[in-house]
Amino acid sequence: MKNRTKTALVAVTAAALLASAAQAAGKLEIFSWWAGDEGPALAALIKQYEAQYPGVKVDNATVTGGAGTNAKAVLKTRMLGGDPPDSFQAHAGQELTGTWVVADRMDDLTSLYKSEGWMSKFPKAVIDLVSYKGGIYSVPVDVHRSNVMWYQPATLKKYGVTAPTSWASFLTTCATLKAKGMATPLVMGENWTQQMIWESVAVGVLGPKGWNDLWSGKLKFTDPRVVGTFTTYGKVLDCANKDASGLSWQQATDRLLAGQAAFNIMGDWAAGYLTTTKKLKPGTDFAWSASPNTNGTFIMLADSFGLPKGVKDKAEVMNWLKLLGSKSGQDTFNPLKGSIAARTDSDLSKYSVYSQSAAKDWKSKVIVGSMVHGAAANEAFTSGFGSINDAFVSNRDAKAAAQAAQDLATKSRIGM
Amino acid sequence: MKRLSTDRLWSMLVLAPSVLLLAVFVYGFIFRTGYTSLTDWGNDPAQAFSLKPIIRYIGLQNYTDLFTSSLNVRFRQDLVSTLFFTVFFIAGCLGLGLSMALLLDRNPKAEGLWRTIFLFPMSLSFIVTGTIWRWMLQPQGGLNQLFHLDPAKNEWLTSRASIWGFDWNKIPLLTAVVVALALLVVAYRAFQSAQRTRMLVALGCAALLLIWALAVGPNVKMLPAPEMHGFNIAFIGIIIAAVWQMSGYTMALYLAGLRGIPEEIREAARVDGANEWSTYRLVIFPLLAPITLSAMIILGHISLKIFDLVFAMTGPDNGATDVPALLMYITSFRQNALAVGAAIGTVLLLLVAIIIIPYLFSQFRSQEGHS
Repeated sequence: MKNRTKTALVAVTAAALLASAAQAAGKLEIFSWWAGDEGPALAALIKQYEAQYPGVKVDNATVTGGAGTNAKAVLKTRMLGGDPPDSFQAHAGQELTGTWVVADRMDDLTSLYKSEGWMSKFPKAVIDLVSYKGGIYSVPVDVHRSNVMWYQPATLKKYGVTAPTSWASFLTTCATLKAKGMATPLVMGENWTQQMIWESVAVGVLGPKGWNDLWSGKLKFTDPRVVGTFTTYGKVLDCANKDASGLSWQQATDRLLAGQAAFNIMGDWAAGYLTTTKKLKPGTDFAWSASPNTNGTFIMLADSFGLPKGVKDKAEVMNWLKLLGSKSGQDTFNPLKGSIAARTDSDLSKYSVYSQSAAKDWKSKVIVGSMVHGAAANEAFTSGFGSINDAFVSNRDAKAAAQAAQDLATKSRIGM
Repeated sequence: MKRLSTDRLWSMLVLAPSVLLLAVFVYGFIFRTGYTSLTDWGNDPAQAFSLKPIIRYIGLQNYTDLFTSSLNVRFRQDLVSTLFFTVFFIAGCLGLGLSMALLLDRNPKAEGLWRTIFLFPMSLSFIVTGTIWRWMLQPQGGLNQLFHLDPAKNEWLTSRASIWGFDWNKIPLLTAVVVALALLVVAYRAFQSAQRTRMLVALGCAALLLIWALAVGPNVKMLPAPEMHGFNIAFIGIIIAAVWQMSGYTMALYLAGLRGIPEEIREAARVDGANEWSTYRLVIFPLLAPITLSAMIILGHISLKIFDLVFAMTGPDNGATDVPALLMYITSFRQNALAVGAAIGTVLLLLVAIIIIPYLFSQFRSQEGHS
């Protein structure tokens, strides 16, 4: 009996030693907010990583909460506390560069881009977005489009209208629909979905160049053209539901499906919701077009991962980033998440009907970054703009909103 | 004598760890937050999370900005909202709690069951309460469905209307008038109790304040343009949920108080010819006054620092239902303006202190009286 205990003890100790030896072979902590619907896509990537690098223990440190509301706060306390995760998710663009790169917390990945031959595989606009003062700081793994207008062909047919291609015709269509008894032709949800509408209006009114000038400081928010974006946005809001702040984007989409509204402007994650959750057929049950005036433009947002300074498992992180940027890694992840690959050479046969059309646009349209989703402006601005939007929805004062946005831009050092 | 000192030594030894922990993790951090709020940490995004951030001391600039800068409209609305929320929340809890306690005090059937039912919401956390009530008050769901109400007209949490609006620029004026009126009351009381000097000082101060309010006050401009703040209708939904959660607690307090009143006192009142209502008005309610005070203090500080209920019910992005604690979180962790976040936190602490400190003083005084 005693002997048995001893052997058992020895065996357990040996196993523990072996396990720790395996751990010593490497570990990798991946910090993200991909839980729920996005979990399986991340799990598939991790599985692929573990198959390629056996012996590395992957720690999937997910903090739940949509769009990273909670994860970002946790990340900030960890970074300030000197305990950075090996690799963390951040929206490509200013959300990463304006917070972490300017603070000198990230390593330059230019050599990785050169050795993997990525300079020609990612669109230049995307590389510019993740660059800061000559260095490249993260690897975008997926791309979403934010300027998509969704509708049901059946509803439009019933009311005898077509999907408008400019904001002017949108307002006419809205008046027609209202006259025919549809109270709210446009359905929108909580604050950030409203800001996406402003973003679509602004890109439509200012054009891609004007939009980029806004973020480089060449165009002031107090410019009459920018004030005009708020005026138009206000008119568009008149077409929308008043109880928006109580609705999630899914609930807003549900109203579209119920025929209570004709249009909804939402990022292309809506395609996943409509096809997977609602089991609808793209093209017949629901259809889409670029939001008015933005047919030639692709407002993008992307998730990316970088290499924080001072992590212990640098080699493992580099392997992880290589996988993220590779064609096979992106084509494993994106069909499951409902996004498209940031690379332009992905295997489109793996993607849904909607994603195939989005991937086509990705290669052919002018790419600009989304403000709402952290690509065009830093967090100080994006967060403050939420309050400005909220005030504007209440008081509809275009001049005041533009002035406040300019004050905020100055304070957040936009374009400096 | 010797035994006493070993006892003392022991008590000090036992207390030391918690005193130390409190000193560091409560008072040390309060001090640290207070100091951070006087710096510019995070006002430049590049310095917010820098490894070696350059943090400058800028004095009270963050506070001045919060109360007067055009970018901080939301903070000022939050202060006003908190004030209204606190008043309605306390009034609701006290009113409902007292009524329930009075009903239960009449010994209804299955009293224990009722007590459990009324007290039950308190066992839930604000997050759970918030989630439940959000479902119930949603435009398309819950109450509106149940009573066939028009979701477009019954905007429990989504209304953008505001009532009882006033101009933020008038705050110095209003404060002066209110303080002057309070001083006049003090003067009147002093007059009644024939304290001459006290009356004269109070009258003098009141007169000075009123003269200031009439002559200088209207010309003081904190902001270049008028800025209206008021009670946001959307808060009604949140007040309902908060009252639902906490009124059971005030009921329990009141019930304990009612049960603590000896039957003899009621009988004595009856013998003196008091009817039911005047027994309550003249005998029982005055005896419950200390309980009301404790309940107000506890509910008051809950309502000033409320965060989770609002977060669960309307999320962090609704200006109409925002509170300072939520704004502090967003400012610090989303906007990365750590110093401004600390300043909001300090303002919150001062607000809570205004409620708690007088209470603590009165407690200390009464304890000293006993010993």
